[in-house]
Amino acid sequence: MSETIAAAPWITLTYLVTGICFILGLKWLSSPSQARQGNQIAAVGMVLALLATVFSGAIHTLGDIAVGVVVGAVLGAVGARRVKMTAMPQMVAIFNGAGGGAAALVSMMDFLQAERGGVILTPDVSVTVVLSTVIGSVSFAGSIIAFSKLQEIMSGRPVGFPGMRIFSVLVLLFIATMAVLIVGFGGGDPALYALVAGALALGLLIVLPIGGADMPVVISLLNSFTGLAAAFTGFVLGNDVLIISGALVGASGTLLTQLMSKAMNRSLLNVLFAGVGAGGGQAAAGTAGGSVRPTTVEDVATMLAYAGQVIVVPGYGLAVAQAQHNVRELADALEKRGVAVKYAIHPVAGRMPGHMNVLLAEANVPYTQLYEMEQINPEFPRTDVVLVIGANDVVNPAARTVRDSPIYGMPILDVDKAKAIVVLKRSMRSGFAGVENPVFYDPKCSMLFGDAKESVVKLVSAVAKV
Amino acid sequence: MAHLLSELTVFILAVFVGFEVISKVPTLLHTPLMSGTNAIHGIVLVGALLVAGVAHGPLEHVLAIAAVTLATVNVVGGFLVTDRMLEMFKKKPQS
Repeated sequence: MSETIAAAPWITLTYLVTGICFILGLKWLSSPSQARQGNQIAAVGMVLALLATVFSGAIHTLGDIAVGVVVGAVLGAVGARRVKMTAMPQMVAIFNGAGGGAAALVSMMDFLQAERGGVILTPDVSVTVVLSTVIGSVSFAGSIIAFSKLQEIMSGRPVGFPGMRIFSVLVLLFIATMAVLIVGFGGGDPALYALVAGALALGLLIVLPIGGADMPVVISLLNSFTGLAAAFTGFVLGNDVLIISGALVGASGTLLTQLMSKAMNRSLLNVLFAGVGAGGGQAAAGTAGGSVRPTTVEDVATMLAYAGQVIVVPGYGLAVAQAQHNVRELADALEKRGVAVKYAIHPVAGRMPGHMNVLLAEANVPYTQLYEMEQINPEFPRTDVVLVIGANDVVNPAARTVRDSPIYGMPILDVDKAKAIVVLKRSMRSGFAGVENPVFYDPKCSMLFGDAKESVVKLVSAVAKV
Repeated sequence: MAHLLSELTVFILAVFVGFEVISKVPTLLHTPLMSGTNAIHGIVLVGALLVAGVAHGPLEHVLAIAAVTLATVNVVGGFLVTDRMLEMFKKKPQS
């Protein structure tokens, strides 16, 4: 068992400084101009805590630590440098899974070391061993599935088998039984291994039936799980800095998860226990009637060039086509002609909240041109042209009017209130929710079919010729 | 038990601080925030160091190396990737 009693005052004080660094870091993350320093001060806090721990005198052998730190640092650094910005959600998932796995392993080791030393853990310690082991293992297994779905290693479709619910309940009961054995009846390491196996299975069972599009919500939830697991590991080791940091992350993850599911008009329970993509999708995709109006690059270029204000609505389709740089070129060309260009960012544009902002920032779009939904919606009536690029459900007015629509009640961008709408789209396929979008049949709307990137590139040169 | 209670106090207060500090983050920064908090729970590396520093026997050594490696991936990867994202948030376009 690690030495937890009577840490030297300077160590406790260093941990306190670390806690303050983390809180300041999170606070600074609330303003774009300070966010980077926020992350950096949090990193400084982390380094302080690690140095204090290494020199605390509680560490007797450095061999395992040296190997782990070198391997981990190389893997982490290479992953962080190489990842494409569009692949950010799965990168966060994998880092999160690593943290969850580490939390579970630390608690397991503390338990095994106590057993080896002949120490009998009191129930208040063994309860936290069980909690952090279970939550950490669930987070680990769940994150790996989330990663595999987003990376398309496995199908993004919900996966299930007959009797899955009942099986999950049985697994839960099994975990509870092992927990009671460990806490109440001195169950040794066999019970602990069984507990870990059960928790890993539970992680798989939770995430497998959820569709790929809901994965960001799941990752956010698992992020808060790992925070909690770290906090409970802190209880196990009697270490305040783990408790504080874990609690901070647990709280933020929960809040983010709520925000995300709210923006998608789903309750968290709904995301977890009934995927929209599970089967109801096709049924809703009827024909809304009317006909769409295809248009040409030249027509759109003329409309844009003589507009007073243009609002761009970017969707994930834009990111997939890697067209964000071309969109910025188009915006620059329009601004040179005196056209005001703004970007309307729906909370769930991209793959997770704020993802689209990152993608546009990567293309050097100044964040002062990015508007959130509440800010931009009043602007649509006085906007000449709205350019919808690779977005669909977030501009669907059915969310306001059609009561039985699966997306009814989801807050949307009111593009139908603009004077003209141009939709850049590959085909007439419906969006993720599988719902017909009446905005396409609006007489004010014209469709520019084709690959988003190619269309935007053509628009840039066409605008130059107008 | 008294120790547990004081730890619980710290835990609950930190949860409130977490909600309070984080609820003010604009949507613009939610992805970096998720990634940044993700890096912060890498603090579990402190725990990994403590248990790895007193590991004995083959099983414990394997678990120790695994725990330290995973936690380090979380810390290093988390902070670097967040920094990469935030570096791009500039007020004016370059060039």
